[in-house]
Amino acid sequence: MKPRVAVFKFASCDGCQLQFLNAEDELLRLAGQVDFAYFPEARSRALEGPYDIAFVEGSVTTPADARRIIEVREESRYLITIGACATAGGIQALRNWADIEQYRRAVYPSPEFISTLSTSTPISEHVRVDFEIWGCPIDKYQLLAVTRSLLSGAQPVLPAHSVCIECKRRGNVCVVVARGEPCLGPVTRTGCGALCPSFNRGCYGCFGPANAHNMEAFARLLADQGVTGDEAMRRLRGINGYVRPWRETADALAEKK
Amino acid sequence: MIQTMHMPKAGLEHLITILRRDGYRVLGPVARDGAVAFDELRTSSDLPIGMREAQEAGRYRLVPGIAGEIFGVVNGAGSLKPYFFAPDETLLEVRRERRGFKVSEVAPAPPPHAFLGVRACDLAALAIQDRIFLHDHFRDTHYEVRRKDAFFVAVNCTRSAPTCFCVSMKTGPEATAGFDLSLTELPDGFVARSGSPAGEAMIVKLGLSPAPGDQEAAARARIDECAAGMRRRLDTSDLPRLLYDEAENPRWREVASRCLSCANCTMVCPTCFCHTVVDQEELDGNMSRRVRQWDSCFSLDHAHIHGINFRPKISDRYRQWLTHKLASWIDQFGSSGCVGCGRCITWCPVGIDLTEEVAAIRADAGKR
Repeated sequence: MKPRVAVFKFASCDGCQLQFLNAEDELLRLAGQVDFAYFPEARSRALEGPYDIAFVEGSVTTPADARRIIEVREESRYLITIGACATAGGIQALRNWADIEQYRRAVYPSPEFISTLSTSTPISEHVRVDFEIWGCPIDKYQLLAVTRSLLSGAQPVLPAHSVCIECKRRGNVCVVVARGEPCLGPVTRTGCGALCPSFNRGCYGCFGPANAHNMEAFARLLADQGVTGDEAMRRLRGINGYVRPWRETADALAEKK
Repeated sequence: MIQTMHMPKAGLEHLITILRRDGYRVLGPVARDGAVAFDELRTSSDLPIGMREAQEAGRYRLVPGIAGEIFGVVNGAGSLKPYFFAPDETLLEVRRERRGFKVSEVAPAPPPHAFLGVRACDLAALAIQDRIFLHDHFRDTHYEVRRKDAFFVAVNCTRSAPTCFCVSMKTGPEATAGFDLSLTELPDGFVARSGSPAGEAMIVKLGLSPAPGDQEAAARARIDECAAGMRRRLDTSDLPRLLYDEAENPRWREVASRCLSCANCTMVCPTCFCHTVVDQEELDGNMSRRVRQWDSCFSLDHAHIHGINFRPKISDRYRQWLTHKLASWIDQFGSSGCVGCGRCITWCPVGIDLTEEVAAIRADAGKR
C-alpha cells in the first residue's frame, strides 16, 4: 500500500503547498509513489486519517487552529512543516509586536465576528515537529528530496549552511563586497540557489537562519553599511522575523535606536 | 636559455583567435557585476581594458585605470579553482537492477580550456591543488581530465593590490612555472616567454620576434618594482610551530567575535578543497546520483560526525582553517596552503585579514 500523505493549511498564502503542483514533471511520479489522502488544494476527495506523512503549511493564529494542529499531530506518523509560516511564524508574526485589538478594529467592519489569537506562532510551539522545510516559498526539489528520504525510510537531510556557499558555487560576485549591498546571505540558510544575489540583489532571508551564524557580527556589518536602528531591525523582522536568533537581534536593534 | 620575445598589443587578438581555432575554450578576466572574474573571451575587447580595481579588506571596486592598459586589474573574485575542482558535480550514478544495483562513474568530457591573464599566485595555487588531487595513486579523475589539456597564458604582475602578499609566500609577482606562455605588459606591447613546448609552438604560430634588450630590462624593472612596493606581509618564519603552540591563544575567540562563519574566505581561496558528498535520489527510488559539492570547514555540518560536532564554536573553526592553511598543510602536502592572493581578505564581508591575525598571535606569543 502506498503511504498516505496529507497536506494541511493553517495561516498561510498556499504558496508552499503549491510547490507540490509546481513539481510538474515529477508530479505524476510523486502521485505514483504516495496516496494523497487529504490535499484540498489538489483534489476534492478528503479521506480521514491516520496519515503516514502530514505536510503542514502555515502558522497558528486562531484558537481553532491551535486545537486543530493537535489533532493533526495525533493522526500523523511524521509531521513535516513546510515554509516560513509553519516553521517560523511567517510574516504574520509581525502581529506579535503589535496590539491585535487595534488591528481587529481597524481592519474589520464587524470585529466581534473575528476570533483570533494575539500571536502567530510556528507549529513547533504547539506540537512535536519531525522535520522542518524552510523557505518562502519552499524549494520544490527540497520538498521532493525530503519526501523521497521518508519513502526510503531514511532520515531527511537538507543543508543548513549559509547562502554564501551556494552563491560562491554559482560563481556570483559578492554584492556586499563589490557593491556595498546589505545582504542577509551570510546568516541565512541555503536552499534557494542564492536566487537574489544571482540577480545582483541582497538576500532577504527567506530560508531563515543558517545553523552557524554570528548575529552580533552581522549587525555590526549592517551598521558599517549605514543600516542601523529600525531599518536594520526591519531587515531581520521580515518573513522569518519571529525565529529566535533574528528576533533577538532585531529586538536589540529596535531598542538601541 | 629561454628567449624573450616581443608581442605587440594586437598580438593578443591573434593569440585568442589561434587558441579558439585550436579548439580551446578561452577564458580570461572579464568585468561583470562590479568585479573581474574568469569568463569566456571571444575577442580581446572582452578584457577589462583601461580598468583597475581598488581592493581592501571587505571591499572591491572597479575603477578607471590607464587608457590602453589591458591587464590593469590585478585579480578578481574567482580563481582558477572552479574550472578544475568543480563546485558541484556528479561523480557516480547508482541504478537499481532486478538484483542489486549498478554503479557507473560519470566522466566529464569538457573541451580543453585556455586561460589568459593568469597571475603567478593562481598558478602556484593550481600547483598546490595538483598535489591534492593528483597525488600518487589517489588521482581524482574528474580533476585530472580537466587539468591535462589546459593551456595557460600567465601575466606577470606589474602592480599589486593592497591585499596582495605573494612576496611573503614566495609565489609572485612573477610567474616562474606552470605556464605555457607568460606576458609582461609594457605601454607599447608585451614581453613574452614560453614555459613549455606548447608555448614554444605558440610563439612560432604568433610569428613573434625577439624582444629588444631595453624591453626586457623594462619588464624586469616593472616586476621588481611591483615586488618592492608590496606592503602587506605575512611573517612565515617558524609559522607552524607558532600556530600549534598558540592553539589556546585568546585571539581565536576575539577573531571569532567578528567572524560571520559564512565560509566566503574558503570559497574564494584558490587552494581550499573541502567538499561534501551527497546522494540525490530520483523520486521513484530507482536511481541515485552521488554529487560532490564545495563545502567549508566554516560550515557547522562539516565537523558533524556520528553523534557529535567536534568544532561547534566559530573560534574552533577559524583556528582550524588558519592552522590548516598555514601550518598542518605543510606537514600534509609539503607546502603552505596559502599563496598570498589576498582573496580571503578582500572577499570577507567583514574584512578579516589573516595576516593581521597571525601578526597579533605572534606579537602576543612574543610577550610570554
